[in-house]
Amino acid sequence: MQKLLLLGDEAIAQGAIDAGMSGIYAYPGTPSTEITEYVQHSKEAKQKGIRCSWSTNEKTAMEAALGMSYAGKRTMVCMKHVGLNVAADPFINSSITGANGGIIVVSADDPSMHSSQNEQDSRFFGKFAMIPILEPANQQEAYDMVGYGFNMSEKYKVPVLMRITTRMAHSRAGVARGETKKQNEMSLPSDLRQFVLLPAIARRRYKMLLNNQLPFENESEQSSFNQYIDGANKKMGIITTGIAFNYLMENYPERILPFPVLKIGQYPLPRKLVEKLCNECGEILVLEEGYPIVEEMLKGYLANGIKVKGRLDGTVPRDGELNPNLVAVALGMTDTKGADVPTLVEARPPALCAGCPHIDSYLALNEALSTLAPGRVFSDIGCYTLGALKPFEAINSCVDMGASITMAKGAADAGLVPAVAVIGDSTFTHSGITGLIDAVIDKSPITVLILDNGTTGMTGGQDSAAQGRIEAICKAVGVEEDHIHVFKPLRKNHEENTQILIKELAYQGVSVIIPRRECIVSIDKRMRAKEKAKREEQQA
Amino acid sequence: MKKDIILAGVGGQGILSIAAIIGTAALDMGLYLKQSEVHGMAQRGGDVSSNLRIGDKEIASDLIAMGKADLVISVEPMEGLRYLPMLSPDGWLITNSKPFVNIPNYPEIESVYSEIAKVHRHVILDAEEIAKNLGSAKAANVVILGAAADHMGINFEIFEKAIRTIFGKKGEAVVELNINALRAGRDFSAKNSHL
Repeated sequence: MQKLLLLGDEAIAQGAIDAGMSGIYAYPGTPSTEITEYVQHSKEAKQKGIRCSWSTNEKTAMEAALGMSYAGKRTMVCMKHVGLNVAADPFINSSITGANGGIIVVSADDPSMHSSQNEQDSRFFGKFAMIPILEPANQQEAYDMVGYGFNMSEKYKVPVLMRITTRMAHSRAGVARGETKKQNEMSLPSDLRQFVLLPAIARRRYKMLLNNQLPFENESEQSSFNQYIDGANKKMGIITTGIAFNYLMENYPERILPFPVLKIGQYPLPRKLVEKLCNECGEILVLEEGYPIVEEMLKGYLANGIKVKGRLDGTVPRDGELNPNLVAVALGMTDTKGADVPTLVEARPPALCAGCPHIDSYLALNEALSTLAPGRVFSDIGCYTLGALKPFEAINSCVDMGASITMAKGAADAGLVPAVAVIGDSTFTHSGITGLIDAVIDKSPITVLILDNGTTGMTGGQDSAAQGRIEAICKAVGVEEDHIHVFKPLRKNHEENTQILIKELAYQGVSVIIPRRECIVSIDKRMRAKEKAKREEQQA
Repeated sequence: MKKDIILAGVGGQGILSIAAIIGTAALDMGLYLKQSEVHGMAQRGGDVSSNLRIGDKEIASDLIAMGKADLVISVEPMEGLRYLPMLSPDGWLITNSKPFVNIPNYPEIESVYSEIAKVHRHVILDAEEIAKNLGSAKAANVVILGAAADHMGINFEIFEKAIRTIFGKKGEAVVELNINALRAGRDFSAKNSHL
């Protein structure tokens, strides 16, 4: 069978389609977005009636998936690592409720922060929830692990976490498909109180989860994703997790490993295999993408066991993603490098696109604020975060989805008046609405700019849940109608837009201003699609 | 056979279109392939690169080790220089000469060219100009690919076939344009390679 050339994300999606998934739930977030997009564009998924539109945020996605699992069907929920923070409440509790239909939570970590605020390691969340974790080393494993994960989820009636990292998500390789499985019939849990986490039931469910820890470990001992590869030189044993194995192999072009290696792809850690490695080898080198989680476990607080090398003792850098060179150095090999970058090469940071509506919004905002002391603009997660950079230098915060409105409110409470929030339309529906209610209740003197470009831009233009609803939402939560304004961010409207902002900045209550103009990339895409349709029509 | 290729450019310049053609050709030859891409924040007019690895043996790492790339193919001259630490001492830098200026401190272009001239093995070409003369500047990336084609261990005809596969839907004129672009790039490279 011809292999498919798939991104890691796409391999996961195809794996889920083939494993009989009935619905996928997600909010876009790099590097996880392409999983859901693949299902959305798959003809097969459409034929099979797989539910696949975007959710409003990761929490609603996780909860909807839990509902689908309750009703007996297989479901997947996908997010970037910080999305799992948003979904943490249902995620952690789902380990107590357990599952009915198989449920896989995919969390895509971003070590080196290519497109993120931090490089948190989702394996900690899996450990926290005490559920099995799968971590593929290559695209084929990513595909294979999905069917395997659904089976395990249904066997133990518990959600399974699949953790990937940027290079796994966004790297393409050949993938062979396996058998396809039919979707589950709807079936309710045999105990209709399984998902009722009243204390008495939750205590019983929690004990079940605790009792499953050993069986989970036994599964890891038997798993083909955890491999003990023997080597002649027992001076050192190596543990790799996920894609770190590839960087290790890259340093042995003949593919012969001199040291014993334990390749980990499934957690909890297979204790017997780890013990075997530690008993046979003089010291252990841990290579893991992300935080030193395995290393810490092995080392222990007192570090009085076998010598463990890794990120904690500086054998590998404490932060950032791995690569073949860092692993070579950790193995004591000579580092390689080509010529230096010539000094004249300048950094080329990402920037707002030419013609982007946010440019005109920031120009107006900067002018409206020009008579006030700087440092009063709280912003959020999206393309408009680039407003922090030159030439705008217009914002003073970017923390998490929705934090612009709430931080502005808190700062205003402390006396920073006026305080300004800048948030995008999709981020507003994701997590901005509740904060706006807080501000309305206190009649906080804040001016909220909801930059409405009609799309989730930064992640590539996914549907925004806000479409056509923003004014109605603001009114409904209690923002006064006189203080809700919509304007079109265009250079020719600059004076008028600036005046609206100045007027509302002076208002001692909540104002909402909605600069509305379609994302320039969306327009371009729409035009191309139109041209393509026209061309196809002509050819037909 | 193993070729490690860095594709470089600025977000929006379409380096992945070059990767798609090489990938299609490599698959046609039954080669293994790994291709690491950049999505998300890095695309917004910032510098972007892709690690493309092809070979007749299974490939381990998604990322190429520093100093081990056989080729740096760049659609922008300064971006080509950014990846010199990746290039092997006997590797090739194949780069477009036309700068993409979206930063205020873009260096003097002549000094960029003189840095490129210092690279032991390099080809520099005005891909837009060549493509424009063939009918459309849109084919510039394929001209650059053409200039690199003889260094990839893939038969030239297989690249032509890949172009037919990829552009076939857009009609014969587009296929023709891109095949001409590929050939023009190769011809330029044959006459103007700096060793």
